[in-house]
Amino acid sequence: MKIVVLVKYVPEPTATWKFAPDLTVDRAGVEGRLSELDEYAVEQATRLAESGAADEVVFLTVGPAKATEGLRKALAIGGTSAVHVVDDAIHGSCALGTSLVLAKALEKIGYDLVLTGMASTDAELSVVPSMVADRLGANQATFAGELSVDGSTVSIRRDTDVASERVSVSLPAVVSVTDQTGEARYPAFKAIMGAKKKPIQTMSLADLGVDAAQVGWSGASSKVVDVSPTPARTAGTIVNDDGTGAAQLADFLAGRGFI
Amino acid sequence: MSEVPRSAETTAAGVRKPTLELLTAARALGEPAAVVFGDASDQVVAQLAEYGATKVYAVGSPDMQAFLSLPKAEAVVQIAQASNPVAILVTSGPEGKDVAARVAVRLNAGIIPDATKVSVDGGTVSAVQTVFAGRFQATSQVLRAPAVVTMRPNATSAEAAPASASASSRSMWPSATQPGCQGRLPRAQGLQRGPNSPMPRWSSPGAVASARKMASASSRKTADALGAAVGASRTVTDQHWAPHELQVGQTGKTVALVYLAAGISGAIQHRAGMQSSKTIVVVNKDAKAPLFQIADFGVVGDLHAVLPASSTRSPGAGADRPDALTPPEH
Ligand SMILES: Cc1cc2nc3c(=O)[nH]c(=O)nc-3n(C[C@H](O)[C@H](O)[C@H](O)COP(=O)(O)OP(=O)(O)OC[C@H]3O[C@@H](n4cnc5c(N)ncnc54)[C@H](O)[C@@H]3O)c2cc1C
Ligand SMILES: Nc1ncnc2c1ncn2[C@@H]1O[C@H](COP(=O)(O)O)[C@@H](O)[C@H]1O
Repeated sequence: MKIVVLVKYVPEPTATWKFAPDLTVDRAGVEGRLSELDEYAVEQATRLAESGAADEVVFLTVGPAKATEGLRKALAIGGTSAVHVVDDAIHGSCALGTSLVLAKALEKIGYDLVLTGMASTDAELSVVPSMVADRLGANQATFAGELSVDGSTVSIRRDTDVASERVSVSLPAVVSVTDQTGEARYPAFKAIMGAKKKPIQTMSLADLGVDAAQVGWSGASSKVVDVSPTPARTAGTIVNDDGTGAAQLADFLAGRGFI
Repeated sequence: MSEVPRSAETTAAGVRKPTLELLTAARALGEPAAVVFGDASDQVVAQLAEYGATKVYAVGSPDMQAFLSLPKAEAVVQIAQASNPVAILVTSGPEGKDVAARVAVRLNAGIIPDATKVSVDGGTVSAVQTVFAGRFQATSQVLRAPAVVTMRPNATSAEAAPASASASSRSMWPSATQPGCQGRLPRAQGLQRGPNSPMPRWSSPGAVASARKMASASSRKTADALGAAVGASRTVTDQHWAPHELQVGQTGKTVALVYLAAGISGAIQHRAGMQSSKTIVVVNKDAKAPLFQIADFGVVGDLHAVLPASSTRSPGAGADRPDALTPPEH
């Protein structure tokens, strides 16, 4: 079984984020990293390789030149090789554009199972995996809190708002995993050094046969017209509990009509 | 508003509160039609009509639930192609996201996931999303109609339509031979469903969350007094002290109305789920806990001492409980 893991290079969540004049995240000005939520997919793929269920694990990213750093981090955790789709025309792509590029790259690389994170920690859309599945005509099982593969069947557990589901689908399939699947291992020094020797292939839109007009700004189906910081909350009353803390809290809740 | 759009579609899996919120939001865009996955009983149709639906599409087959998202998405696509709506609204959530994503690909339409507000101006739909772990509000315009928007539950309120209409209902189900179905209507090979916990109660717009295992009994008592749900931080769900669906945060639920955090530090990923709550109350023994910075009211103290007595007010204090805090559904 060949697994391709989709990994995104994102701004560090705790950094001070800036926006470029075109209202995209200023990725050059902010420190980046492999999306923490994609590390769970990397870990699952690595476990499937260790258990013998997968014989090849490839990491795939669509992103700027610096996104190679994210691929190196993934390769330090596991995997055999990586593919980096990088092209200036991709800048400004919406989820539709990104999913098109990912799907074309997946067709070129070949796959039985595509693993992804549940959401990117920057855009937080949780739609790219289903979009990729739709474009590939592959089955889909999203938001897996647990994952197992048996022959050509992949089974997951997922929690919806009203139920806990166990779903099995046949390969080829796209599966997104949540942070319930288990922390990614911390790569040892030797693994980090070893990752530098694993091959990373770069591809352009031309290599994938994607028309530049379908992606980036020209192909975008929506545009951000305003980004503003969430209004800062002014800190309210903070009291020290001298024995009356509970009563003061109850009075506050009652004052707002909650109790 | 210079031009009134023809209609807005609403997909819905039964009439849960988020569905009624969708219909309320859709009325501001045009004339809503509702799409129900499964049976649309007379009672369901009547309730959808009360919230403004003028048409109800029942998309179903007897074993509806076993199907993966493709046939559901294809049904919505067919309805959209026939009725040319200005927007397609879906409730955010695992299935809503799957369906919306496929619909956007098939219609090559702009998609705005997890919107908290949606509006239309001159036929162009805009929506507001909270991005980057809740730190920014982004407003986006959809350039290719129809706008596919998934709405966060509890972000808007559900209000019955001023003049209640009657809705006509129509059943449909795509067939595998249609081009959009790729010759198949994939289903899950093994599908088991069970309630995920005795009390998920996530229709509730408020929560009392606690990081400490010992606090859960007092949390529940306080939550009951507030008519709110019990929540948890990831520290708690990772330790299996509480089921995952109670987790609040970036990879958990979002709280809209009132949030009481006891023994939670306030990491950015946790804040993502609660910082837009209208009222925030914090109890923590560490005066430097970051969550105090966004608290409307805070008590520096031991939660074991503060929480149990926190819902008993002193005589004479307070106002009447507002309607907004409706009791939980389950
Ligand atoms: C990609 C990603 C996604 C994440 N998603 C989420 C998410 O959705 N939700 C989430 O919660 N976290 C999430 N996290 C984890 C998050 O970063 C924090 O680790 C977590 O929120 C910390 O939980 P905590 O505040 O309960 O625990 P701690 O950081 O351990 O804080 C415990 C607090 O309790 C106080 N305390 C202890 N005992 C008492 C007492 N007796 N009385 C009063 N106060 C007491 C302490 O002073 C302290 O402030 C995510 C992390 C990552 C990387
Ligand atoms: N540019 C990208 N490159 C590689 N994978 C991506 C990219 N964008 C999204 N993904 C994958 O899709 C998942 C969901 O992303 P999103 O829909 O943006 O929240 C992520 O966790 C990644 O696994």
